[in-house]
Amino acid sequence: MSTQLLLIQALNGLQFGVLLFLVAAGLTLVFGVMDFINLAHGVQYMLGAYLGASFAAATGSFWLALLLALPVALLAGLALEWLVFRHLYARDHLAQVLATFGVILSLNQLVRMVWGSAPLQVPVPALLEGGIQLMPGLTWPTYRAAILLAGLATAGLLWLVVERTRLGALVRAGASNAPMVAALGVDIHRLFMLVFGCGAMLAGFAGVMAAPILSVEPGMGDTVLILAFVVIVIGGIGSVRGAFIAALLVGLIETLGRSLMPDLMRLFLAPSPARQTGAALASMLVYVAMAGILAWRPRGLFPVRAG
Amino acid sequence: MLRVDSLAAGYGHSQVLFDVSLGINAGQVVTLMGRNGMGKTTTVRALMGMLPALGGRVLAGRVGWQGASIIGQPAHAIARQGLGLVPEGRQVFPTLTVLENLTATARPGPWTLPRVLALFPRLGERAGNLGARLSGGEQQMLAIGRALLTNPSLLILDEATEGLAPLIRAEIWAVLAQLKAEGLAILLIDKNLGAVMRLSDHLVIIEKGRSVWSGAPEALAAAPEVSQTYLHV
Ligand SMILES: Nc1ncnc2c1ncn2[C@@H]1O[C@H](COP(=O)(O)OP(=O)(O)OP(=O)(O)O)[C@@H](O)[C@H]1O
Ligand SMILES: [Mg+2]
Repeated sequence: MSTQLLLIQALNGLQFGVLLFLVAAGLTLVFGVMDFINLAHGVQYMLGAYLGASFAAATGSFWLALLLALPVALLAGLALEWLVFRHLYARDHLAQVLATFGVILSLNQLVRMVWGSAPLQVPVPALLEGGIQLMPGLTWPTYRAAILLAGLATAGLLWLVVERTRLGALVRAGASNAPMVAALGVDIHRLFMLVFGCGAMLAGFAGVMAAPILSVEPGMGDTVLILAFVVIVIGGIGSVRGAFIAALLVGLIETLGRSLMPDLMRLFLAPSPARQTGAALASMLVYVAMAGILAWRPRGLFPVRAG
Repeated sequence: MLRVDSLAAGYGHSQVLFDVSLGINAGQVVTLMGRNGMGKTTTVRALMGMLPALGGRVLAGRVGWQGASIIGQPAHAIARQGLGLVPEGRQVFPTLTVLENLTATARPGPWTLPRVLALFPRLGERAGNLGARLSGGEQQMLAIGRALLTNPSLLILDEATEGLAPLIRAEIWAVLAQLKAEGLAILLIDKNLGAVMRLSDHLVIIEKGRSVWSGAPEALAAAPEVSQTYLHV
């Protein structure tokens, strides 16, 4: 493999990483503040992609679709919170896992009924077509660069809110000790609805942005959700900063692993088994990395809870 | 201002409080005493509405605040009516700076940040440090400052001098005396008998979830058999 291809794959890895971050940010705060395991968070990502696809088809404009999809994703998230999730906070984790898994199954089915099982394609917006030349003979799709930049900008904005405002301080305090925040007079449920709504919108945002480079299909949130859980565990549950670092790490490992492992195996094996073992090893790589990091830091890179 | 009548509460299936009663008038310092595990912290949690969040609940009894019942209200609503908690184990927010710990939950009133920093100059020196980086004594000051900045009319301190060096302990007692002199009502839980006797107007002893004795410090001093039975280990 050439260094050029390596560079491209590293960029793709970072781009995938920022998408993962947008999904993981909401997940880690919801888990951190309310001690609530929301398996259905990936559904928000899928919903974002479908909403983006539908609005783009209806309006003919990706930008208009983005503008419309965000508030609808927010409303969908708040509706789910109101209908299902708020009845689960006081329950144990098993009940939360079962109920939110039920939400995944129902919504995947609902999506199939509304949009069908066939994957939808969303065209890349005209403004961002083509590629940018990194060096002579080496281009990277402009749209992917746009995702990377938008993701980084969103991460920066989120960092400002979480680290530099009083609201952000309350969210961080809630992630480490919610009962204490409540005992000091803060309505933790209202704080949580805010966090939840923003998390749902961020995941929806990731879905809309991913739509032009992925096929939009039922269940597309599930793989992302699993990786997002790996991200929040590595980063430290409740830590936005941890989620950011871990998301970039997981994005890089996942993407580079998939392209490098088969080549690496070629050093020892014939082409066809090399491709197979390489792919198998690559899909294990993030979990191996997670195990390694947790062995070194059992509560993740940036632990948030006391004790 | 606070009246607790025949409070009963527990966690899950284990009942911890059976019959706890106590009262505090404006400007008074009342101390809840009793050996380890008798239910002092649980009493505080129950009257602050914190038990549901910790897997417990109130089974019976009344908690009145300024004449109105507050039992069954969520913790944040109770706190906002003027109850400021300095909890057992300090529980400062480890990932917030000292300044953020103080201001994140602050509510307007006579207690302002400069006043709290004047009360505890150490907190000003460490304003940018994370809560987790402070010493035990500094965390205790932070927990008291944080509660004061919610501008309570009753300050509740659960073991605020436990595990501290004698010098820091003395500083905390001096601050509490100053707060009392300014007219703040205080509900105290502390095992430091000498200091408690000097500061308190009234004492309540609980034993296995029941309030079994109450009276003035002088009355306890005059009844050695009471402290022998309920306080000495
Ligand atoms: N979260 C909890 N879940 C279940 N049981 C608890 C919980 N917290 C306390 N208990 C039990 O309730 C009883 C009273 O505990 P509590 O903390 O109220 O005592 P305390 O008087 O404050 O003791 P200490 O002086 O050690 O602080 C103890 O038997 C304790 O084991
Ligand atoms: Mg206690």
